[in-house]
Amino acid sequence: MIGAARRVWGMMYRHLALYRRSWPRLLELAYWPTLQMCIWGFTSTYIASRMAVGGQVAIGVLLGGVLLWEVALRSQMGVAISFLEEIWSRNLGHVFVSPLRPWELVAALIGMSFLRMAAGVVPAALLAWALYAFNIFAMGPVLVLLALNLIVMGWWVSLGVVSLILRHGAGAEALAWSVLFGLTPFAAVFYPVAVLPAGFQAVALALPAAHVFEGMRATLADGTMPWGHLAWACGLNALWLVAASLLFARQFRVARERGALLSIGE
Amino acid sequence: MDAIRVTGLTKRYGEVLAVDGLDVVVPAGSTVGLLGGNGAGKTTTIAMLLGLLIPTAGRIEVLGHDMAHDRFAALARMNFSSPYIALPHRLSVEENFRVYGHLYNVPQISRRIAVLAEQLDLGDLLKRPAGDLSAGQKTRVALAKALLNTPDVLLLDEPTASLDPDTGDLVRTWLERYRAESGCTILLASHNMAEVERLCDMVLMMKRGRIVDRGSPQALLARYGRDDLEEVFLDIARDRNQGVAP
Repeated sequence: MIGAARRVWGMMYRHLALYRRSWPRLLELAYWPTLQMCIWGFTSTYIASRMAVGGQVAIGVLLGGVLLWEVALRSQMGVAISFLEEIWSRNLGHVFVSPLRPWELVAALIGMSFLRMAAGVVPAALLAWALYAFNIFAMGPVLVLLALNLIVMGWWVSLGVVSLILRHGAGAEALAWSVLFGLTPFAAVFYPVAVLPAGFQAVALALPAAHVFEGMRATLADGTMPWGHLAWACGLNALWLVAASLLFARQFRVARERGALLSIGE
Repeated sequence: MDAIRVTGLTKRYGEVLAVDGLDVVVPAGSTVGLLGGNGAGKTTTIAMLLGLLIPTAGRIEVLGHDMAHDRFAALARMNFSSPYIALPHRLSVEENFRVYGHLYNVPQISRRIAVLAEQLDLGDLLKRPAGDLSAGQKTRVALAKALLNTPDVLLLDEPTASLDPDTGDLVRTWLERYRAESGCTILLASHNMAEVERLCDMVLMMKRGRIVDRGSPQALLARYGRDDLEEVFLDIARDRNQGVAP
């Protein structure tokens, strides 16, 4: 087990060393979440000022949605972009002739994703508190459960993206940035699932994010613990994570059959 | 004991037969050259030996481990160097060595890096980004990376490509010494026939995915009635000396 932990750390060290040498990469981590927070913060402040009642709840729903959706986005991009770094540096050939197991690579990517997510979202959360008096941490322990579900959702989505990159090569890399944005309408970040057309509702309810944001709104509105929504989110995450892991294992084997680990950067 | 044992190794990509039923035994402690023209199947064979590529058929055993089911146990005792596979170019040479030191669970990484830096004259390069090195420096760094875990089996693809004659000779001398001291088995793919003649105990000549001849450099020279391996290579590549029996 010590050997496995060392190999995982070795891959994380590889990415941390990269960030140490590249301030544009560090800046990029916080740039977009901070920008999003600025735009949505002022928008929600304006909307709240026009409302007779419930303005603070509206600010909470919008800014809480922005912050928590960034958790999922950064978690997903953290895994996928760290994997792409290996492809861009044409390093996979060296990595996979070492004793590094595929699951250890995934563990390292997840570790990096967590650090990248924290580096992106924490400054945005502090900005929300400083500029708009919105303290997301006031939600209490339920915030951890909601965020964890979105982090896990980011992992399985990115495992799907990595699988597609293994299958289709670097041509699929645009998915690393775009795939979760494409799911945003179904994630019900800023509105209840009920406002979606019936067909869209079915898609939304199959995603953990929709249950997380329903839960977040319930907590912000009346302070209740959304156990039902959390249970759905956890169950769906478990199912999707198993499916994405099986897909990754399958595509990794196909990549070894096709020789793609040597040529994937081309 | 055999370091590498390959039986019926075959790789097919659709209609293309890249490697066609190889049977190879590499004794422990030997240096074996894998020769052949472009597209002969050398890289495909090496990729299968390293577990990067799954064979269509056949069996590979390295250091007694079946590569189909137990490749990680073998990979921990193997390593690989190729000028055609890069190291992360924004990381310094030392950072790259540390990454691979962790991946191969090398004890006392700093000490090992210092030893290799001294032996391969890399001291001045350790703090430089790997992407800023010249082709020859990258080749030496890649070789040092391949030696980090003191491998029992070393697969080298063009180990002296891009090196000037002086540095190339230093590397060959170092490889000879390393093999003598460690008992390491080396499989070497190279187009430098003088290098193969100097380093290898046995040569495997590949063509169109098959081994068409094999033997010690001296035996091949005698068999083809040639003075150097380059002429033997050309005889085989151009289908001359048809009467020579493998």
